[in-house]
Amino acid sequence: MSEGKSVIVRLDGVERHFGAVRALDGVDLAVESGSCVGLVGHNGAGKSTLMHILAGSGRADRGRIAIRGHEETAYSVARAQKLGIRCVFQELSLCPNLTVAENTRITHASLKGFGWRKRSAALIRAKLDEIFPGHGIDPSDVVGDLAIGQRQMVEVARAFTVTDEPLHLVILDEPTSSLDAHTAGQLLAFVRRAVDQGISSILISHMLGEILSTCDRVVVMRDGKVVATDTAAAFDRDRLVATMGGTRHRDKVAAVARTREETAVMVRARPRGQVAGAELVAHRGEVIGLAGLAGHGQTRLLLDIVRASTAARPGVTVGAPVALVAGDRQTDGIFPLWSIAENIGIRSLAGLKRGLLLSREREAALARAWQEKISIRTPDLDNNILSLSGGNQQKVLFARALGSDAGIILMDDPMRGVDIGTKLEVYDLIRDEARKGRTFLWYTTEMDELENCDHVYVFRNGRIVADLAHSELTEEKVIQSSFEEGAGAALRERAS
Amino acid sequence: MTASASAETLARTGLRSPAFARLLRALLPALSMTLILIAIAYLNPRAISYFGFSLMLNLAIPIALATIAQMFVITVNELDLSIGTFVGFVACVTATWLRDAPLLGVVVLLGSIGVYAALGALIHLRNLPSIVVTLGMSFVWQGLAILMLPKPGGKAPDWLQGFMSLKPPFVPFPIIAALVIGLGVHVALMRTSYGAVLRGTGGNAQAIHRAGWSILKTKVTMFALTGLFGVLSGMALVGITTSADANLGNGYTLLAIAGVILGGGEFVGGRVSPIGAVIGALTLALAASPLLTFMHIPPDWQVAANGAILIIVLAARALISRREGDR
Repeated sequence: MSEGKSVIVRLDGVERHFGAVRALDGVDLAVESGSCVGLVGHNGAGKSTLMHILAGSGRADRGRIAIRGHEETAYSVARAQKLGIRCVFQELSLCPNLTVAENTRITHASLKGFGWRKRSAALIRAKLDEIFPGHGIDPSDVVGDLAIGQRQMVEVARAFTVTDEPLHLVILDEPTSSLDAHTAGQLLAFVRRAVDQGISSILISHMLGEILSTCDRVVVMRDGKVVATDTAAAFDRDRLVATMGGTRHRDKVAAVARTREETAVMVRARPRGQVAGAELVAHRGEVIGLAGLAGHGQTRLLLDIVRASTAARPGVTVGAPVALVAGDRQTDGIFPLWSIAENIGIRSLAGLKRGLLLSREREAALARAWQEKISIRTPDLDNNILSLSGGNQQKVLFARALGSDAGIILMDDPMRGVDIGTKLEVYDLIRDEARKGRTFLWYTTEMDELENCDHVYVFRNGRIVADLAHSELTEEKVIQSSFEEGAGAALRERAS
Repeated sequence: MTASASAETLARTGLRSPAFARLLRALLPALSMTLILIAIAYLNPRAISYFGFSLMLNLAIPIALATIAQMFVITVNELDLSIGTFVGFVACVTATWLRDAPLLGVVVLLGSIGVYAALGALIHLRNLPSIVVTLGMSFVWQGLAILMLPKPGGKAPDWLQGFMSLKPPFVPFPIIAALVIGLGVHVALMRTSYGAVLRGTGGNAQAIHRAGWSILKTKVTMFALTGLFGVLSGMALVGITTSADANLGNGYTLLAIAGVILGGGEFVGGRVSPIGAVIGALTLALAASPLLTFMHIPPDWQVAANGAILIIVLAARALISRREGDR
């Protein structure tokens, strides 16, 4: 840090405790102007806590924060904004009932008085055009009507808008978790351009490839401490995983030789937009991948299959009970007021009864069994579900589905914002359960995850456009079929 | 590319787009009011006249004001179960002190708005359920009103009575008043920059807080506005009835909630519509007595008929919302 570049933010020995848990245990961090710092670590390593402290929305119990060489004593959100530090939080922080322009106004106190709507709309439109050309978002759109990826685009663009306050540092917490590969690429390219103009970034991501390709420097955290800091060039994927205390290396998934016709058909489904021809077929014990750009009808097909399991639906046949692992866990997945055990047991209530009433012991036993099996990190399963980190909450959703009687497990891009250690554990679990005869339908936006599938269907505009066996699967093929004919229009397609 | 571009425009504005469902939902209050007006015109054509509207919409102004009052708290995900008895309390103050000792009356009315603001602060700071707090307050307001006017009585100040019985040319006074209330609140809440912050508090309070705004201030503002419109409603009511009664406003609590929901508002999420709320209030006022009297429905059944209208409209809205969710 002696290259003469000015340091924007310097943290010295920052500590933060939640009860007996040391979320941050003496963290030192410095960000220079015009640089992009990657921050990686397991879920629960303390990244989010650290970012909340930097953004002013969390307080440090001990340690010093200095912004541009000046030590801050009464640091707050308002102070951070005045100093030009913004944060894109992992949980989306837009107001769904307001328009895109109104949400922009929320973060800019100076957008007021006569004509503020026009100025606000022009501001956000220009920034969206700059970062995500062809985004298809209008400033007058109500945020609640946008697909989750578009909301994330709005949130990112909003963080980079400037009115009367300066902009020096933008903290991006998992900014690409809901974006497809194309828009994620646009964003990362923009981050590099911004860095060249002197706006620094802190990029938190579980996509190690993004970190390595975008950042100048990488900081690795583990158990509330910084365990390694080095230039990005000094790291590669394996070293990052090893430094994070990551689990064993991923073996290339052995392609199990299967002929598809060996086992019974469990699911047969035709997307609503499909006129004729291709349909999705899943045999018992298979892991089926649903690929393509985000929001192109994959989720809708999964929901149709869920509905078909209770009431007949044209074009969809289902051969076993169905369970869904939600992707947007905050809105579709967890019951935020319930305990961890209750959240696991909800899909299996019929099996947890004693007489007419629910048996607490059986519920607890089920939860304990799955806690051990997939190591949910908590001192007590009766704690509120929100006491868990994001990755562990997602594990609870997996436990809910896998602990049930369902023979077919649907997964709606469930690994958003989940650390790589957890991912590898869950991949193994899925293979394991598939071998035991369960069928998985797995919508994912990550290429790596498709490697785990026996068969992949690529979606575009609500239709199946490619049907690839594991042996034929390559990244080029998936991308090619996702983008064929009028790639721009496909991106702008707004689907659920 | 042109083909896909026009396909895109179709998706944005077409019959299945969220914007269209939103438009449909926004039109629903106006549509239901039109239906009721058609029914009235069919049953009694003479009612559709300057005089007829003046009579039928006689009580619509206080209901509309109370509905707007309720809408403000609903915007920030709270509910006011005391607005009815508060309107009754204001009516009693207006018919006694405001007439006999205007200064005292004004101080008491302003003080009651202050109480509302303080309740907002209390509910936010102590994280209390507003339903419980305002239910408690409803008994306080009722008690105070009975203390002031144990028996029906008092008299509206002459200026107020005069104002409420204005007869402007061509358009009946209640319709002008409804337009002024609806458009005025629409501009203040839906078009101003701070209005966006206020509504955002209902949509995602944490996001508003993180952007550096004070949630305490937005909640206090909204509760104070509820108090203000509650006062206006009570005064308007006394201006029409000319004398007061401690139980005068009791029915307004549920009428006001129904009006907001009928007008396209939702209980949580900061989704409200001031114009819709006023139309909802007018619909309820029209459906409440004139229509049902024309249909020869005995008064005992009128409340049930009113409820039936509410259920039908809400069912229609649920259908639209389902289409929206089907996307």
